[in-house]
Order: sequence, then structure tokens, then C-alpha cells
Amino acid sequence: MATLDDARPGAAPWLLSGPALLLFIGLLLVPLLLTLMLSFRVFSDTAGVQSAFTLSNYREVVSDPYYGTIFLRTAGLAFAVTLLSIVLGVPETIVLARMKRPWQSLCLLIVLGPLLISVVVRTLGWQILLGNNGVFNNVLQALHITDEPIRLVFTMTGMIIALTHVLVPFMVMSVWANMQKLDSQVEWAGRSLGGSSFAVFRRVVLPQIMPGVLSGSIIVFALSASAFATPALIGGRRLKVVATAAYDEFLGTLNWPLGASIAVLLLIANVAIVMGCSRLAERRFKHIFD
Amino acid sequence: MAFLTLQGISKRYGDFTAIEQLDLSVERGELLSLLGPSGCGKTTTLQMVAGFVTPTTGRILLDGRDITHERPEKRGIGVVFQSYALFPHMTVAGNVGFGLEMRKVKRKEREARVAEALALVRLNGLGHRYPKELSGGQRQRVAIARAIAMEPELLLLDEPMSNLDAKLREEMHIELRGIQKRLGITTILVTHDQVEAMTMSDRIAVMHRGTIAQLSTPYDAYERPATPFASTFLGRTNAFAGEVLRRNPRCAEVSVAGATLHVPHEGRHVDGAVNVYIRPEKLHLANGDARVRGRIATRVFVGNQWLLEVETHLGKLRVAQPNHGAPPPEEGDEVGLDWTDDDLRVLTQDTAGGAHGHA
Amino acid sequence: MKQNGILGLVYNAFFLSFIIAPLAVVMLVAFTDKGFISMPFEGASLRWFRAIIENGDIVAAFWLSVRLAFAAATIGVLLAVPAALAIARYRFPGRAALTSFFLSPMMIPAVVLGIAFLRFLSLLHLSGSFWSLVCAHVIIVLPYALRLALSSAVGLDRDAERAALSCGASRFTAFRRVVLPMIRTGVAGGWVLSFIQSFDELTMTIFVATPGTTTLPVAMYNQIAQTIDPLVASVSAVLIVGTVLLMVLLDRMVGLDRILIGEAR
Repeated sequence: MATLDDARPGAAPWLLSGPALLLFIGLLLVPLLLTLMLSFRVFSDTAGVQSAFTLSNYREVVSDPYYGTIFLRTAGLAFAVTLLSIVLGVPETIVLARMKRPWQSLCLLIVLGPLLISVVVRTLGWQILLGNNGVFNNVLQALHITDEPIRLVFTMTGMIIALTHVLVPFMVMSVWANMQKLDSQVEWAGRSLGGSSFAVFRRVVLPQIMPGVLSGSIIVFALSASAFATPALIGGRRLKVVATAAYDEFLGTLNWPLGASIAVLLLIANVAIVMGCSRLAERRFKHIFD
Repeated sequence: MAFLTLQGISKRYGDFTAIEQLDLSVERGELLSLLGPSGCGKTTTLQMVAGFVTPTTGRILLDGRDITHERPEKRGIGVVFQSYALFPHMTVAGNVGFGLEMRKVKRKEREARVAEALALVRLNGLGHRYPKELSGGQRQRVAIARAIAMEPELLLLDEPMSNLDAKLREEMHIELRGIQKRLGITTILVTHDQVEAMTMSDRIAVMHRGTIAQLSTPYDAYERPATPFASTFLGRTNAFAGEVLRRNPRCAEVSVAGATLHVPHEGRHVDGAVNVYIRPEKLHLANGDARVRGRIATRVFVGNQWLLEVETHLGKLRVAQPNHGAPPPEEGDEVGLDWTDDDLRVLTQDTAGGAHGHA
Repeated sequence: MKQNGILGLVYNAFFLSFIIAPLAVVMLVAFTDKGFISMPFEGASLRWFRAIIENGDIVAAFWLSVRLAFAAATIGVLLAVPAALAIARYRFPGRAALTSFFLSPMMIPAVVLGIAFLRFLSLLHLSGSFWSLVCAHVIIVLPYALRLALSSAVGLDRDAERAALSCGASRFTAFRRVVLPMIRTGVAGGWVLSFIQSFDELTMTIFVATPGTTTLPVAMYNQIAQTIDPLVASVSAVLIVGTVLLMVLLDRMVGLDRILIGEAR
């Protein structure tokens, strides 16, 4: 087992990773392939999934404006959430990085902790907060800022806020990991050369955390585009996104082939965006960091 | 008037005192080293001069100007950091020109001055590279070029050579000193490496536990240490405890292990319990007239010299003998040792407590 | 490094409030004495906590989730640790691809995974089985267990193992007595993290769950979508407290920021 001869590993690594590999091939690769195949099948309202093959599912998803709206809405949601995560998350990470222990660990725990709490719980909280009788509206009315409750539940705005809450910890994580690699003396170097605090921040600190902001954005975008629970609970029936639309087809209309085609398109889009942007980011920044 | 003056500087963090009552004057154009072990406060002193740390008490005057509470970016002081602290996302030229950019120097002039600074540190033509692509020695040069490009009034070096290997470090000592002299910039060098301090400095301030133990030229610091700490930190020395019997105008008669030694006191008032010091290179093997006899316990060859440890009735003595060709007697042999009384030093034991063995 | 000014600290307070707000609200609502969710409310009561125990569905879902998470985490770790050791200690062709393959479930949308499993299980007529659900969850949690085990294995001091061999230990003994203890905390942390991820999993499980195999998050989701009674709030409150305790445990064991941010990618 514990051979230390790295030059000729032989079968050992494959034996060790074998069980996991088999499980993954059988339970990940195969189901995904089956889904791909499913997306090409014909569906009839009366008889269910047929054994004939067709491209009509994809054609429908791509051409029907109903789905077009859904894709646009999803993309819009993803962009908005990503932007908001950057605006909210990046300053917070910088503030965190400048804190002293033990406050730093505590605050980091509070910011990252919610990731370990089920998304149902978090979204329930937003439902309560954003509802017409919710805290947010009650506070606004008490302060006489508005007379009637502002509709936030079942709106795009409400979805964006709630989803940002769910995903901003990922942005913080990414930028934080980046900041750990920075040499703190570089800021002092900038100051000693005559740069004001602001100039040093703009010219020295910000450019160095760009890779972290970028990889965080990729993660947040991908996760918002494929989000299910939050859009389902806060967006409601009328504001569908890709994930909830797939759910509708699968567990509502039972048009599995159509649902599968939506899923396949979502997967391809996800992988393309993540890998494409990661490559771009790597190329752009590889001369800076090891 | 001195170019840089520190008056009554102290720095306290809660109960902990990092620097206590520090007074220092640095002359224009000189290179002064702050030398001491880690924790002695030398880096804190540097940070206060640079403006990264505010003194608890005291004033700092630069060319007559009180800069004690001035922000770092206004002081016009060049700093070379131990880790070099280069901007990884900028090219070498971008790094070196940053200080000029902050001063709104026009692009053409900036490029010319950057090229000049790079030529001075012998990095011509590397302006377009990124720090990641350079070797450690090259990165250090960029850090130096960056600090001097803006023609600062004062240059601060925080252990700039500690990350270089031994050979490169030796070369850089000479090169950096050459650059400093050529430009005539007043410089403070912080280091724990005594060879570095002695090679490069006009004067050395030996620091110990937040104060300056001794401030003098390298020669005086080595040959005439004023405190036990200074004498044991710089170079190696032999030390013996003794008792002052009598004082003459020039020397004190000190009783050490039964024998009486005549030690020049250099005007210092020494009395009672004292330590007598003599450097290993000042002891030599004597065949006939030996003041002390002993047995060689260890013999080590270092290339340009032999280091011997000789057991005598005074204790274990360290002797350094230049390599003249013929090796000294072997381990276990009996030898005689002799010295000139003028090479002895004496300091009161109170000055920092206790007799020391060797250092 | 520069200190935080007052602006930074104020922003931090605002941000933390934003993060805590929904969770705090849920915990507060759990104490309401009314039959519906309203904020604010006058009377406080524990009736909704008692209601948890009386609600058979919720209790059953809770235990199912616990058993499921336990099984998934354990199997996940048992599969991930050897794989991590293989990847960390050997250079073999396909190593990078293998690592990416094992970490891929993180990059695949949960919806897609749910659909894929649903199709797969229905074709095999295994839909209502507990163990099919376990397998699906193992796929989801293995990347987390692997990442943690990998960062432990990569940081391992190989010389310690060589020292054991030079003292005469057999390869297996060296592994058992030297290597395993050194990666123990990474492995344990991986187990706890996997447990939490499986317990919390919603989106994929919604597709695969059946009335007989309903996990707690799925049960809660269904409840929220239909009714507005505070039962979900009290269940959530219990979950929040439980998670906080587990978080403290995780932090003590491995250090929470190390887990959540991870090293090996």
C-alpha cells in the first residue's frame, strides 16, 4: 500500500480510487448519459415517453418564447445576483482581512456559517422578512416611508435579494482565499512611495484581488443560474427560472423528455461558462501569481 | 545639525515596552546600522521613522522638520522591505516608477528616471518583466531601485539581505554601499548580521531590549565595547569574572582566578566585581614565556584560520590563529598562551548582570 | 496591514445583520403563540416546538435524514480517503482527470443531478429505495470529503513515514500507525461536512424523494409551499441551533475557514 516509489506507481492508485471511480461511473456518468438520451425522446400526453427519437424537444425549448423568457429571466437574475454579491461581498472581505483576531475568526464564522444551514431555512427567513406583513414592510410603514406594503415576495427584486444572501458567502470565500496570498507589506511599500491610502487601495490592493473577485463571480453566476429553492419559494409560480421550469416538466406535466432537454441545456451552459471564464481568468492573471 | 534626529522616542504596547527612551542622531550622507538580535526593537524604530508606527512619546526630526505625526506618504522616505514587497501585478518598470507616478512626474521624465535607477542596480533592460519571473537577487535590486528612484531624502533598509544566499549577500554588501556612497543618501540599515553592519556602516548602533547599548564606528564597536552585551554580540570573546584590587591612572589591577591582570580601563570607572574580556584573535600560542598553560580540547579548521578551545585554570579559552601554513598542535597537546595586556577589556558586572562564559 | 476605520466597522455591522436577519427572524417566529406566521407578535409560546414532536411526518423525515446523512457521509469518506491518498501520493497518467471527475458534482447543477438520478432510478425500478437515495447522496458529498482528505494528505510529511520504515515498521504498519493518525482530523472534518451537506440537501433530493423516503428539507419545502403555519419555523430553529453546535465542533476539530475555503482544488 504505502509505496514511496513515485516513479512506478503501478496499479496501486487505481486500486485505491477504484471503488469511488466505479460508483461515479455507474451513478453519475451513466445517469447523465441516460438523461441526454432521454432528451431526444418523443413524449405524448396520453402515452408518456415513447421510444422514438427526435430533436423536437430542443427545438421547442429554443424557439418557444415561453422558454426564451425563462432563460432571459434566469440570466438576468444571475447577472444581478453576481453584481450585488460583488458590491456587497468584496468590501466585507476587505474589512474582514483587516480585522484582528479573535474578531476576525468570529465574523468569518458568521459570514460563512449559513452555508451549512439548509437553503430551505434561509429562504423561509426571507419569505417572512419580505412578506406583505413581513418585518421589512412593517418597519418601512412604521417609519412612514411608505403607506402600503411594498410587494417584495413573488418579485424579481425579492428573488435577487434572497439569492444574494444565499450566495454572497461564496464570493467572500473566493476573495478571502485570494487575500491570504497577498504580502501585507506591499501596502506599506505603496504608502512609502507617496501613495495616499486611497491611491494605494486603488492601484495596489484592488488589482491584486481581481482574480479572487473573478473566480467568485463565476461560482456565484453558475449557482444562481441553476438555483431552485429560492426562486421557487420567493419567485413563485409566475416567475419561473430554468431550474423551476425543469421541475415543472418533470414532476408537473410529466413531460420528461422536455424536462431533460432543459436540464441538458442548463448543464452545457453551466460547464461552458465556468470553464470558459476560468480559462480566460487564468490566462489573464497567470503572470502575476504562482 | 544632524540630518535625522530621534528625541526621547519610546513605544509601548499595553504593558509591553518595545522601545525605551531612544535618542539618536544621524548625519547627512552617512550609513548608520541598527544592529541587534530579534526583539531588540530595531525594526520598530525603523517603522517609526517611516511612519508606519506612531511613537508613544518623543519626536522625530528630519532636516529640521518635525515628522513625528506626518503620514508615511508625505515623508519622502524610501523603504526597502525584508520581503521586498514588490507589486506583483505591475512590471518592474511599473514598480520602480510608482513613486514618481505618485508625484505626478510626466511620463517621459519618469521613464528616463526609471531607466537610470535600473541601470544603477544593474538591471538594464528588465523593465518589462514581472516580479514573478525574476530571481531573488533581481527582486531585491528592483526593491532598491524602486526606493531610490524618487530620490528620497532618507533611505531605510529593513534586513534587505536576509533572503539572499551567503555569496550573493557578500557581493550585495559592497554593491549597495557603493550605490549609497555614490548618491550620498542618508541611510539607516536594520540588521542582525554583524558582519553586514561592520562592512557597510559609517557608524553602528548596537541595540538591546529597546535601547541603544552602544553607538560608535565599527572599529570602536568591536575593539572598545561599552557594555557586556555589546562585547558579546559583536564577534566572539572570552570573558572571566574578577575583582578589582586597585586602580591606576591607566589600568586597573584585577584579580582573576588567583592571578593579577593589568587591564586598561579607558577612563571608565570600574570597581568591585568585574568581567575581563579578550578576543580570541588576540590570544596566541607561546612556547616559552606563557602566561597561562593548558590542554587543547577542540581544534577546528575554518580555512583562513584555526579555532582552538584550550582548557586552562582560568577556564576554557577560545583562541583564533591565522592559517600561516603549519597547523597548530593537536587535540590533547599541552600549549602555552600569551597576550598583550593592552588587548584586555574590563567592564563592571552590574552593567548587565552576571559573568558570561563565551559568546 | 491597515486598520479598519469607522466606516469599515459600520459596514461590517450592516453586512453581518444582513446575513443574520433571516435566521434571526425564523428563530423568533418559532416562539409565536399564533397559528400563523406573523411578525411581530405578542405572545410567546413553545407550542410549535411541542408540535414538532407530535407531527409524525416531520419526526419520520428527521430520522430518515439522519440515517441518510450518516450512511452517505460514512460511505463517502470510506471511498474518498483511499482516492485522496492515491491522488496525493502517486503521479500517474489520468490523475488530473480523475480528480476533476470526482469533484465534478460540485459543478453540475443540483437540478440536473436530480433529473439524472430520477431517470436512472425509475428505469431500474429502484425509486423508493433508501439505499438508492444513499448512493445519490454519496455522489453529492464525496467531493467535499475528497477535498478535505486531499488537503490533509497533500500536507503530509512523507519523511515521518520514511522514518517509521527505517525503524523497521512494515509498510502497512507505517500506514496504520503513522499516516492514518496524521490525516485523522482532515478525515473526521470531511465526515462532519459530508453529514451536513447530505442532511441539508434539497434540490436534488426533491426529484428523487418519494412519500416513503422524504427527507426533512423536502418535507419542510412541501410544507412551506402549501401552508404558512409556524411549524416549519420551529423546525428551522432547531436546525439552526444544531448546525451552530456542529459548526463549533468542526471549528475545534479542523478550523472552519480551512474547510469552507479548502485548499486542494
